[in-house]
Amino acid sequence: MTRQEDRGGPRQPLLIAKDLKRHFPIRSGLLNRQTATVHAVDGVSFDVKKGEVLGIVGESGCGKSTTARLMIGLIELDDGQIIFDGDVLGEDITLKELRRGVQMVFQDSYASLNPRLTILDSVAFGPKINGLEDPEGKARNLLKRVGLEPDRFAHRYPHELSGGQRQRVNIARALAMEPRLVILDEAVSALDKSVEAQVLNLLNELREEFGLTYIFISHDLNVVRYISDRVLVMYLGEVVEVGPAEAIYHNQAHPYTSSLFAAMPSMDPDNRTEEPPLAGDPPNPINPPSGCRFHTRCKFAESVCSAAKPKLSVIGGDETHLAACHMMDPASGHSQSFREAAE
Amino acid sequence: MSMAATEAKAPAEQVAKTKGYWSGVLKRFSRDPVAVTCAVIVLLLILAAIFAPYLGLNDPYKASMIKRLKPIGFPGFPLGTDEQGRDMLARLLYGGRLTLFVGLMPVVFAFGIGSTLGLIAGYAGGWVNTIIMRTVDVFFAFPSVLLAIAISGALGAGIVNSIVSLTIVFIPPIARVAESATSSVRALDYIDAARASGGNALTIIRVHVLGNVLGPIFVYATSLTSVCMILAAGLSFLGIGVRPPEPEWGLMLNTLRTAIYVNPWVAALPGLMIFITSLCLNLLSDGLRSAMNVKD
Repeated sequence: MTRQEDRGGPRQPLLIAKDLKRHFPIRSGLLNRQTATVHAVDGVSFDVKKGEVLGIVGESGCGKSTTARLMIGLIELDDGQIIFDGDVLGEDITLKELRRGVQMVFQDSYASLNPRLTILDSVAFGPKINGLEDPEGKARNLLKRVGLEPDRFAHRYPHELSGGQRQRVNIARALAMEPRLVILDEAVSALDKSVEAQVLNLLNELREEFGLTYIFISHDLNVVRYISDRVLVMYLGEVVEVGPAEAIYHNQAHPYTSSLFAAMPSMDPDNRTEEPPLAGDPPNPINPPSGCRFHTRCKFAESVCSAAKPKLSVIGGDETHLAACHMMDPASGHSQSFREAAE
Repeated sequence: MSMAATEAKAPAEQVAKTKGYWSGVLKRFSRDPVAVTCAVIVLLLILAAIFAPYLGLNDPYKASMIKRLKPIGFPGFPLGTDEQGRDMLARLLYGGRLTLFVGLMPVVFAFGIGSTLGLIAGYAGGWVNTIIMRTVDVFFAFPSVLLAIAISGALGAGIVNSIVSLTIVFIPPIARVAESATSSVRALDYIDAARASGGNALTIIRVHVLGNVLGPIFVYATSLTSVCMILAAGLSFLGIGVRPPEPEWGLMLNTLRTAIYVNPWVAALPGLMIFITSLCLNLLSDGLRSAMNVKD
C-alpha cells in the first residue's frame, strides 16, 4: 500500500488543533436576522501524537462531534488552525490533501452508507475518485480484512447487513483512502456490547497493522479507557482536562471530570456510588456561563469562577496532564487552590 | 455504472448473484397485478395513439350531416359519431396522440428542469437555496389551473404554447419535491463520508444523491401526468389549447357537451378516456413507488 509518507518525523504531532472555534448562528424572524449564536466549539486546542489513540469524552452537546467534523473540514472553521504533520491547512496543504490523510467513521452505520450502492461500490468510491489503482481489488481486500468475506458480502446492499457488519464496512471505507488518522465519532456506541467488543478489537488490530492514529470520540468512559492512550474531556465547547488515560481515570483534577467519573456505574457492589451525580443539564451553549463554564454546576464554585476564565495548566509534576480549573492555580484566588496545590 | 466494472472482474460464480437495483425494482413491480394491468393499459393507449393511422379506422376528420350523434354500436361506427357525424372510435384513438403528447411532454420537461433546480438548491443550501426556492414559491401563489390559463392566454392558443405553459406550471412542485428529497439526503452521513473521501459536488451528486432522489421525484412526476393531461384537456376545453377540428379529448368533451341530453353515452366517452388514463397513470406511479422501495 502506498501510504502517505511520514514527513515531520516521530516527534512531530500528527495533528495539532489550535484554538478551534465554531459558532453556529441562529437565524429567525422575517429577514433571517441572526438572533443568537451557539458556541458549539469555543477555543479547543489539542494535539494528537503519531500512533496514539486520543479519546474525547463529554456529555451530549459538548461539541465532540463538531470538533471531529471541523478536523476533517465537513464544517468550516470560524477561527483556529489545523496543522497536519507540520503542514498548516490552507497554507501548506489543501483540504483535499488533508482528507487523504484523515478519514472518519460515523456513529450511524446505516446513514453513513448509500443504500443504493453495494458495499463494494461504497468502499471503492473513495479510491476510485482519487485515482488510486485497482479500487475494486483494494475494496475486496479491505472487506476481507475487516471480516466480511468479499465473495459473500461484496454485492450486498447496506440493509442486508447487521449493524456490526455495516460498521465494519464503514471502517473499510475509511481505510480505503489509506489515511494516517482515523476519527471514530461514536463509531461503536450504537452497537450492542458483544459486537462492540469485536469491533474494538478489530480497530486495535488495524491500528497496529496499518500504523494508524485514532481520535476516538465516545460518551462511554469504559470504552474510551479500554482503547485510549490519552483522554481529552470537553464541556460546553471547551477542553477542561486532558491527560494520559490512567491519570484521567484515577487522578482527576477538574471537578467536572470527577463528577463525570462519579456518575459511572460501578461493577463492585462494595464500592457503590455514594455521592449524588451531577445534577441538571449542561447550560445552554447559546449563552454560555461567564468565566469557567462549569461554575453553574460545580460544588466548589466561588466568585472567581464566574469572573475569570481558567486556563489549561499543568497538574502536579506531570507535564502531560492539564486541566482548566482555578483550584489548580495557586494565584487564582480560589480558597481551595492552596490545598490542591499542596497535594 | 460501476456495476459493469464489478461484474467484469468478479469470477463467474458471483456474476449470477450480482443483481442491479433496477432488476429488483422490475421484479417487485411485476408482482403487483394492479400496477402491471395499468402499465399494460397505458402502453396500449400509447401504442394505439402512435399506430392509429395503421389500424384501418375511419377518417377522424370526415364529417357527415346525416350520421350525427349516432349511438354506440351504430353500423360502421362502433362507438357512434360526434355532433358532426365523425367516427368517435377514430377520433378517440387519434385524440390520444395529442392528449397524451400534451399531457406527457410538459411533465418530462418540468421533470428535467425542476429536478435540476431542486437538486442545486437542496445540495448547495444557503443563499442559493433561498434564491431558487423563494422564486419557485412565487408560482405557488397561483392555483395551477389559473396559472396555466394565464400563461396560455398570454402566449396564445396552440399546442406548443400549451406545452410551454404547462411546463412552467409543473416546474415549481417538482423543484420543491426535488429540493426536499435532496436536502434530506444531503444531511445523511454517507454524503459527509463521500465529501471526506475528497469527492467534488458533481461526483457526489451523480453517485450518491441522484440514485436516492430520482426515485421519489420520478414517482411524483408520474402522478403529475394525470393532472397535466386533465389541465391540457381543460385548456383545450376553454379554447386556448388545441384548436378544432383536431381530435383531442378535452376539446371533444367541450364540443360534445351540448349533445349530453341527446346522446349522453357518446358525449361521455372522451371524459371516460381521460378518466381511465389518469387513473392508470396514478395507480402506475403508486406501483412504481412501492417497487422502488428497497427495504420491502
